[in-house]
Amino acid sequence: MIGLERRPQPSRAWSMATPLVAVLATMLAGGLLFAALGKDPVEAIRTIFWEPLFGEFSFYYRPQLVVKGAPLVLIAIGLSLGFKAGIWNIGAEGQYIVGALTGAAVGLAFYPLESVFVFPLMVLAGAFGGWAWAMIPAILKTRFGTNEILVSLMLVYVAEQLLASMSLGLLKNPEGYGFPGSRNLQHYDSAHNAELIAGSGMHWGAAAALIAVIFAYVLMNRHMTGFHIRLTGEAPRAARFAGVSPTRLVLFCLGMSGALAGLAGLFEVSGPAGVVSIDFNVGYGFTAIIVAFLGRLHPVGILLAGALMALTYIGGDIAQSNLGLPSAAIQVFQGMLLFFLLAFDVLTNFRIRLGAGEVA
Amino acid sequence: MKLNTLLASAAMALGLATGAMADDPTKVGFVYVGPVGDGGWTYEHDQGRKAVEAAFGDKVETVFVESVAEGPDSERVMTQMALEGADLIFTTSFGYMDPTINVAKKFPNVKFEHATGYKRADNVSTYSARFYEGRAVQGTIAGHMTESNVIGYIGSFPIPEVIRGINAAYIHAKKVNPDVEFKIVWAFTWFDPAKEADAAKVLIEQGADVILQHTDSTAPQAAAQAAGNVVTFGQASDMAEYGPFPRVSSIIDNWAPYYVARTKAVMDGTWSSVDTWDGIAPGMVGIGEISDAVPAEVKAEALALKDAIAAGEYFPFTGPLKKQDGSDWLAEGETADDGTLAGMNFFVEGLTGDIPQ
Repeated sequence: MIGLERRPQPSRAWSMATPLVAVLATMLAGGLLFAALGKDPVEAIRTIFWEPLFGEFSFYYRPQLVVKGAPLVLIAIGLSLGFKAGIWNIGAEGQYIVGALTGAAVGLAFYPLESVFVFPLMVLAGAFGGWAWAMIPAILKTRFGTNEILVSLMLVYVAEQLLASMSLGLLKNPEGYGFPGSRNLQHYDSAHNAELIAGSGMHWGAAAALIAVIFAYVLMNRHMTGFHIRLTGEAPRAARFAGVSPTRLVLFCLGMSGALAGLAGLFEVSGPAGVVSIDFNVGYGFTAIIVAFLGRLHPVGILLAGALMALTYIGGDIAQSNLGLPSAAIQVFQGMLLFFLLAFDVLTNFRIRLGAGEVA
Repeated sequence: MKLNTLLASAAMALGLATGAMADDPTKVGFVYVGPVGDGGWTYEHDQGRKAVEAAFGDKVETVFVESVAEGPDSERVMTQMALEGADLIFTTSFGYMDPTINVAKKFPNVKFEHATGYKRADNVSTYSARFYEGRAVQGTIAGHMTESNVIGYIGSFPIPEVIRGINAAYIHAKKVNPDVEFKIVWAFTWFDPAKEADAAKVLIEQGADVILQHTDSTAPQAAAQAAGNVVTFGQASDMAEYGPFPRVSSIIDNWAPYYVARTKAVMDGTWSSVDTWDGIAPGMVGIGEISDAVPAEVKAEALALKDAIAAGEYFPFTGPLKKQDGSDWLAEGETADDGTLAGMNFFVEGLTGDIPQ
């Protein structure tokens, strides 16, 4: 008989080890999947994990890791604050869209004026847009006790409709021959979130992601709010006795994650993406949830997890092109990562007992 | 600039390497917006890729990446293909326009072909198909086949391409059946079987007994089949598995001749940047087999129209035509110019409902 026995204390060692074990298990199971598809599993895994970092064209792929990872990290940092306190913002994708819309709208409103004030104003507008979109589930929760998981998730679909409407109407490029989509902000210097050092992939969004990591670290470890967040997550009753206001905490956590998601959207639309288009959002808000958990809700862990996810995306595309792996196989591979993480997470709180034992 | 130089020199080095080995195969890359198994848009582009492989055998190597999002991801995938030595890259979605131009700047020796866009460069061509010619044939059959006189139309996005199709279908349905009415549902997707099925069901409930779709999945076909008495047309692909009824005909995107010709041009060194907008005549737009569910005289009429379009004797947008608001558009015998068609953002007279803004 194999049984599970609850540990008296969650195992710190397993908590640190599960992401690594999950990655290894994903490589193994993924390798089997690729082999079943008739591809060389070692070559496929090597292409996904090695090629972008150390391959022949890594001079191009390494900066792309920054481009792909920055929005993931920025959003995941915001989400992790709420997740630690048991406040579940599942709608970062919507906040990301709205932040991009408000930020881009400010930039486009100034077109073609060239001024150093345009971009900072866009940044503020982007953060505000994301924050405001997150305030809807926050206020509904604190006022009427609605479930923030459902409300924030449903608002993603509302945001997508808003995005389509803006791409076809208000923000449509007047010189775009009737096609949907805004002007390209990459061609508007004052609004362009260009690379800070050419060829490095480092744009303001990447800088903001690094700042957010440091900020979150300080907040969680050195600041009273961070303590309140952790306390609420671990012992809600104790938190109430300690005078933590649940309302203020919900507003803070949802607002913060919304603002960061909005910023990520703004930096994306004004930089790598360039245009507001119907298909602007590609799921960063949802992937960031995986990144937050893969990173153990710890700022440094999230940074690493963001880099890892970016790696599987970029390596996955290379594997598609070079080895002819179908995109669905790559998606399964990425999905396995979360699956194995959750599976091995059991070992943090439980230990496996072999032999005749009572069922735990 | 530093990256540009690096990329350019890498491309140059690859170019030199290619030149040195004469029997090195020509590498052709394809960037797809959907999965190759969508049975519609991307499927047909992939058929074109396979035709290139079949035509040139060992002399060509093709690579593709599917389900590529239209933003920085597409730019990265194109760059990756160019770095890996692609000589020619087909980017097969409108949203790849700016990324294609960006990447083309960095790789002056690589040729790019962008589908359905309007931005070109020395090494970027654009190509698209005059699907509206097929819509004219489809509208003729639809106008005859409807008994309720209500034709449902599943629009994807309100862009000129789709609006042009609705207008062409409506004009020709009206021509053979003056009582016909169009109901349009905007799905805001190119491919989403669930949404498309819902749209089809809504239209059927509103009395439509013919459904035209500008979305790529077979879900509307399945919905029509379930309803039993509703006529459909295959979109992008033949969708023959739903024939002979409900699917009575189809518009097929046939990219194969174009892809083969452009690959040949790269091999021969005769490639140059062009804007191609081909229709039924060169075979880029195909009309799928008209099934026996369509009466013989209707079939004959539809085929005659198809032949007249192919021969250049008939143009689907010929006056007198008015816009929806009643203002004049084309005078008697006047035909629409390509510029107006390319940017078409209005309905013709008789269509109801607004184009979403």
